[in-house]
Parts: sequence; structure tokens; C-alpha cells
Amino acid sequence: MKTKMGFTGDEALAYAAKQSTVDVVSAYPITPQTIMVELFSEYVANGEVQTNFVCVESEHSALSACVGASLTGARVLTATSSQGLALMHEIMYIAAGLRCPIIMGVANRALSAPINIHGDQSDMMGSRDCGWVQIYCENAQEAYDWTLQAFRIAEEPDVLLPVTVNLDGFIISHAMEGVEVLTDEEAGKYLPPSKVDCRLDPRKPGTVGALVLPDYYFEFKRQQEEAMKQVPQALRKAADEFSRMTGRKYGIIDDFETRDAEVIIVALGSTAGTVRSVVKELRKKGKKVGLLKLWLYRPFPMREVADTISKAKVVVVFDRALSPGAPYGAVCQDVISTTYTHKTKPVIMNVIYGLGGRDITPTEIASIYEEALAAAKTGAVKEQVKFVGVRE
Amino acid sequence: MSKDRGKPGWKSLPIGASIPEPGTSLKYKTGDWRAFRPVVDEKKCVNCLTCWIFCPDTAIRRKEKTIEINYDFCKGCGICSAECPTKAITMAEETRR
Repeated sequence: MKTKMGFTGDEALAYAAKQSTVDVVSAYPITPQTIMVELFSEYVANGEVQTNFVCVESEHSALSACVGASLTGARVLTATSSQGLALMHEIMYIAAGLRCPIIMGVANRALSAPINIHGDQSDMMGSRDCGWVQIYCENAQEAYDWTLQAFRIAEEPDVLLPVTVNLDGFIISHAMEGVEVLTDEEAGKYLPPSKVDCRLDPRKPGTVGALVLPDYYFEFKRQQEEAMKQVPQALRKAADEFSRMTGRKYGIIDDFETRDAEVIIVALGSTAGTVRSVVKELRKKGKKVGLLKLWLYRPFPMREVADTISKAKVVVVFDRALSPGAPYGAVCQDVISTTYTHKTKPVIMNVIYGLGGRDITPTEIASIYEEALAAAKTGAVKEQVKFVGVRE
Repeated sequence: MSKDRGKPGWKSLPIGASIPEPGTSLKYKTGDWRAFRPVVDEKKCVNCLTCWIFCPDTAIRRKEKTIEINYDFCKGCGICSAECPTKAITMAEETRR
């Protein structure tokens, strides 16, 4: 008998963390992430977990504490949003560079100014070169499922990289849904205690965080890139086992009706759910449209994306973040780079949408599909980068 | 690049730039960072050990009647020379060795 609980995305992540036998949690509250750690601190206070909860005065200190804890081989979790993630920016490079398999829940939120607490992905897109693995969830169920899997990916011996589990602020973080959960015993079987080496052991003195000059620095960056290359395999392994246990199938990408699609929308996070419902409606009318959702954004799944979109006539890439002055949004730039070496290239359209938590409606998505289907006939798009839902 | 040839590559280095053994700073000679070298006038030195206390690199060695500079690690900051009460330490410009 499967157990279903009522959880918001934040609560689902906290519950998964509870079942992951996390050794250390250090975080600082920020909307819309707060509930992740607030609920977890209740577990700690109630004695439901043995986790060492480290209270700090800022996100910069929170992630610093996590780095130290992780170097002891502990299983470590933190969580943040927006300005908090920005304050962590410096330490994010350190966590990745020292190869600390920390898991971070990120309730994606717009960045100030103007100040706004609602969902868009500009926080994580601004941190995309910090060396963290990035996974994007579509709903609370995925937030729960990916948190458990994220530890498996991060702690894989040839990966040892920090991982962010991203959920759209409010849309996922605060919306309550039915979430199917494992029993504690099943979760423990899927995720046994961490076997990561302790690098801060007084019985085996050594140094971490030493100064590394031009004669060695480059080698360590090359190692980091190699670790990134091992992520897809680790993810598949973690997802296969998870699927055997739960029946819920995960992977690098999630494609829907793409095989014969003339138009494919590429999206991350909660919007993929809205797009999927629009695809179902349009398919009923005989329109050849599909959806490519990226679960894994860093490392970017070059081959999977290229294989999925290569036969489409038009590909519309959704970016819920602005990369000011760049030719396209961040996701779109990556998608374009996958098609460059292909002989047949789909026409690419970039949609910038939903900044500061503005909703995108099924009607808007349907009209984007119609515009792209028209472009599939002519082979040209009117606007290469289209701002959808903004007032003129 | 050429001067680094022969050093281990990324495949064999410990991950995350960890140094798995202690005391390795002894193997890393920082003396070649020096632009000025402290020179001790043993006749003026009264062996008060003010320099020994102040040296941030612990590059002063005690001797029976005077002190000695450890040029493998002295970075030439000049604090010993500035603090010496008898002006027994002068800073001489390093010439290319």
C-alpha cells in the first residue's frame, strides 16, 4: 500500500531530507525557501532526526558551515532562494572546487531590484557556472523524488559534486499536492548512510583549501569538468534504482510527444506541466506539437537534447530568466549550441516569460505553438527572441 | 608550461586539491618570492630575539650569540629590520641568482 501525503514543494523536500539521514543542515531563512528548513528544524526539535542543525547569521555562513561539515564526510543539506543564493555565490565555487557533495534546495525566485519574492529562475541561472549540478522539478512529487536521488548522484565516488534541486518559487514551493512517499525503511535502503571520505580527520592530518598557484590550479579545474561528465551516468543509475523501487521513472530529460513533432517547446520546471496540458489539447486537434522538459540542466545534456529536437522544424526554448545583453536566454543559448554541428537544424525561437512570478497561461502557450507551426511552414520566425506576457 | 613539465597531471592528483599528508609547507620553499634580503651584522646583534618574535614566517633561527635567517622561507618583508633595536639587520636588494 502506497502512502500519499499532502505536501507543498518545500515540505516535500524537507520530508525527503528527513528520510535521507542528513548529518548536518545549515541554512538561513528566505522566502520562498523558508519552509524547507523551518519544517526540518521541527524534525530536529522533535527528536525525529539526529541531524546537527547549525544556526547562522547569513547564507554566506550557512554554505560555509556546510562545506566544513561535508569535508568530514557528513551528509549535508542547505536551502535558499534568490538574494540568499546570490550571497552564497562565492562559497558555491568553493563547495564545487573542494568537491563537497552538498545538496541544496533552491526555491527559485526573482532577484532585486526591483525587489520581488516570486518565482523565476534568474537566481540559479546567475549561478550556473559555479560548478554545481542543477536539477529542475516540475511539482512537489518531483521535489521529493529528486532530493533522494540527488544525494545518490552527488555522493557517487567519481562525481562528488554539489547538487541543487530547483523548485519554482510559490508555484511549487507553496502549492500543496498529493505526494507519494517511501517508508523510512525503503528510503534507508535506497539511500544508506554516506560513505564519502573524511578529509578533516585529526588522526590523518592533511590540508584542504590550500593555495594552488598557476602550476596546479588548471589541473583541479580539469578534474571538476571530468566529474561533471560522470553525472549523467550517475543520474541514470540513481534513477533506475529509484524507478524499480517506486515505479516513478526519472532520467536526464522528460520528453512528451516529441517523436513526430514539428514544433517542440523546451522548458524547465513547473511550466513544463502547463505546456504538457496544452500539447494534449493541441494533439486532439491533430497538431504535431511536443514538449522537451529538462530535468538535468547542468551538466547540459547535449546529446539528449540534440537527438530529441533534430527532426523538429521549429524549437521554442522557454527561459524564465533574463540574461541582459546576451543574444538569447541562457537555456536557449545551450539548446542552440547542440544544433550547431547538426546538418539539419530546426528554426529556433526563444521565449522570455514569467519574470518576477508572472503567470504564463495555457492560452499564451497555445498561441506560441500556433505561431511556431506557422513558422514551420515558412521556415522563418517573426521574432527570434519573444517576450511573452509583458505589457508594451 | 615548460617549467611545470614533469609535475603530476589532473588524473593522478588528489581530488579537490586536498593535500593528504601534513607538514608539506616545508617542501614548498617561498624564499624566491623575496625582493629584499635581510642581512645580519653580527657585531651589532645583541641576541635580544625581537626579530625572532616578530618574524611572520618563523624564518629566524636562534643561535648562541646571534640569529640566523632561513633564506628558504624568508619572503623579505623587512619586519625584522624595522623592529631591530640595534639596527643590526639591513635589507639588501636581491640580485638575480
